[in-house]
Amino acid sequence: MRILTKLRNEGRHFWRGKSLFFLSLPAMAIVFVFYYLPMFGIVIAFKDINYAKGIWGSDWAGLTNFKFFFQSQDAMRITRNTLLLNGVFIAVGIFCAVVIGLLMAELGRKWVRIFQTVLFFPYFLSWVVVGFVTYILLNPTYGVIDKTMEWMNITPVDWYSKPGYWPFILTLTYLWKNVGYTAIIFFTGLIAIDSTYYEAASIDGASRFQQIRKISIPLIVPLITLLVILNIGRIFYSDFGLFYFIPRDAGMLYSTTDVVDTYVFRSLRVTGDLGMASAASLYQAVVGLVLVFSTNLIVRKFNKENALF
Amino acid sequence: MRKLNVEKAGNQPWIIVLFIFLSLLIIFPLLYVVSVSLTNDGDIARYGYQLIPKHASFQAYEYIFQTPKALLQSYLITIVVTVAGTMLALLLTSSLAYVMTRKDYRYSKLTTFFVFFTLLFNAGLVPSYIIATNVLHIQDTIWALILPYSVSAWFTMLMKGFMDGLPFEIIEAAKIDGSSEFGIYARIVLPLSKPALATVGLFYALAYWNDWWLAMLYIQREELIPLQYYLQRIMTNIEFLTKSMQAGMNVDMSTIPTESSRMAIAILAAGPMMFAFPFFQKYLIKGLTVGSIKG
Repeated sequence: MRILTKLRNEGRHFWRGKSLFFLSLPAMAIVFVFYYLPMFGIVIAFKDINYAKGIWGSDWAGLTNFKFFFQSQDAMRITRNTLLLNGVFIAVGIFCAVVIGLLMAELGRKWVRIFQTVLFFPYFLSWVVVGFVTYILLNPTYGVIDKTMEWMNITPVDWYSKPGYWPFILTLTYLWKNVGYTAIIFFTGLIAIDSTYYEAASIDGASRFQQIRKISIPLIVPLITLLVILNIGRIFYSDFGLFYFIPRDAGMLYSTTDVVDTYVFRSLRVTGDLGMASAASLYQAVVGLVLVFSTNLIVRKFNKENALF
Repeated sequence: MRKLNVEKAGNQPWIIVLFIFLSLLIIFPLLYVVSVSLTNDGDIARYGYQLIPKHASFQAYEYIFQTPKALLQSYLITIVVTVAGTMLALLLTSSLAYVMTRKDYRYSKLTTFFVFFTLLFNAGLVPSYIIATNVLHIQDTIWALILPYSVSAWFTMLMKGFMDGLPFEIIEAAKIDGSSEFGIYARIVLPLSKPALATVGLFYALAYWNDWWLAMLYIQREELIPLQYYLQRIMTNIEFLTKSMQAGMNVDMSTIPTESSRMAIAILAAGPMMFAFPFFQKYLIKGLTVGSIKG
C-alpha cells in the first residue's frame, strides 16, 4: 500500500513538471538511443555471431571471443601502442603547450592576435586534410622530405614501410595539429592572472624570468593538472583519424601505429571478424571506465574541486 | 580588459623570432598543398613536389571543373548536413541544457546524470554500429550523418554552464504571467542565450563539416558521400578520382593530372574553412576557455 501511495505521489510530481519533461524528451530520446541502447549491445561480445541466426539469436559463446583476442598477439600490440603513443602525446603535448602559452603571454596584443590565428588554424582542419599534407611531405617518390634528403646526398627513406619512424612522425603530426589549441587554453588561463601580482613582484625587483617561475607557473598548475587528468582518463581512446589517415592504413606499419580504435574498426569493417571486434571494443570500454574512475579518485584525494564528479 | 603586456618589457625579439619560426612550420606544409595543385604532373614526375612550381598551370582545376558533379554533390551533402545538423543539435542541446538548469524541476539532477554518465562510459564502436544498422536501420540515409552527433554530452554541459548564469527571476515572473514552459524556453531563454548558441553552434557546425567518420561507417551510396569522405577516398584510391572525371567524357586516363588534381580537390574542399576561420575564431576561443575552466 505504501508503495502505491508513493507511486501516486511521484506521479503527481511528475505531472506537475511534465512540460519540462516533454521539453527535454526529444534530446533524452537521442541520448538514450545512441548512448544507452548500445550498452545492451555489449552482449554481442559474449556471442558466437552467426548471421543466419541473426545477431540476437546467435549462440552464447561465453568468453571464447576474449580468449581468442587475448591469445592473439594483437591484444598486446594494440594495448602497448595505445598507451605509449597517447602517453607521449599527453606529456609532450602539454609541455610544449605550456611553454608556448607562457611565451605568448610575453607578447604584445597585435603579435598575439597574429600568432594565435596561425597556431590555432590546423586544429580546424580534418585529419583527412592533414593526411594530404603529411603525404606531400612523406611521399617516397615525390615527397618534400625525401627530395630534400636526395639533394643533401642522404639516402631517402620509404617512410610508409618503416614502422620505426612512426612514433616520431605521429607525435609531430599530433603536435602540428593540436599544440596551438592547447597553448591557447593555457594562454587564456595566464592572462586571467591578477596583474597586481606582477606589479608587486617587479617593485620588489623580480626579473621577468623570476616572475614566470614564481607567479605564472604556480598559478596555472591547477589548469595543467586538470588537463593531464582529463587526458589520462581518456588515454585508452585514440584519435582515430590520426592513426588511420596519417599512416594511410599501411599494413607494414601496424606494429607501431595500430591502436585499439583502428584495430576495432578494421576487425568490424574490413576483416569482418565481429567476435574479435566486439571483444576488443568491450575491453576498451571497461579499461576506459576504470581509468576514468581511478584518475578521478586520485584527483579527489589531492583536491576535491578539480575532481570531475 | 587587462593590460598585462603593457607593464612587461614585452615583445622580446627572440620570442617573436621563435613564433615566426613556429608559424612557418605550420604555413609551409599548407603552402605545398596549394603549389602542388598548381603544378603540372610532368613537373611533379621530374622534380617532385615543389614549393614554387616551375611552370604554373591550372590544368588540374580545369579538369575538375569539366566534370564537377561528384565534387558538387558531396559539397551539397556536407552543406545540408552541416546546416540541418547544427540547427537540430542546437534545439536539442539547448532544451536539454535548459531543463537541467531548472532547479525547481524534480528531475533536473537526474537528467544531468543521465547525460553526464555517457561521458564516463561508452559502449564502444561495435555495439553502436550494430544498433545503428540492425535496430535503427539508418545506414545509407542522411540521418546517419546527422543524428549520432545531434546531442553531445560535452556541448550540453558547456551550454548548461552558460545557462546557469541566466537570471531565474525572469523565468519566475513569466510563469506568474501565465507563460507556458515551452513559451518561456522559446521566447525568453533562447534569445537570452544567443552568445552561447553562437559558440556551441560553431562547435557543432565544425564537427559536422569536418566529419568523415559517420560516412565511413554508414554510407555506401555514392550520392550521399560528404566532402571529407570524398577527399579520403580519392586519397586512398586514385582510380576513384579518375573514374569520376572520365564519367561522361572520353578522355585518356593517362592524361588526367592525378597528382595535382588530388591536391586541387583538397584545396577546393578545405578552402572555405580557410576563409571562414578568422571570422569565427573569436567565438571558438571564448567557448574553449569557458569549457576548460568549467572542466
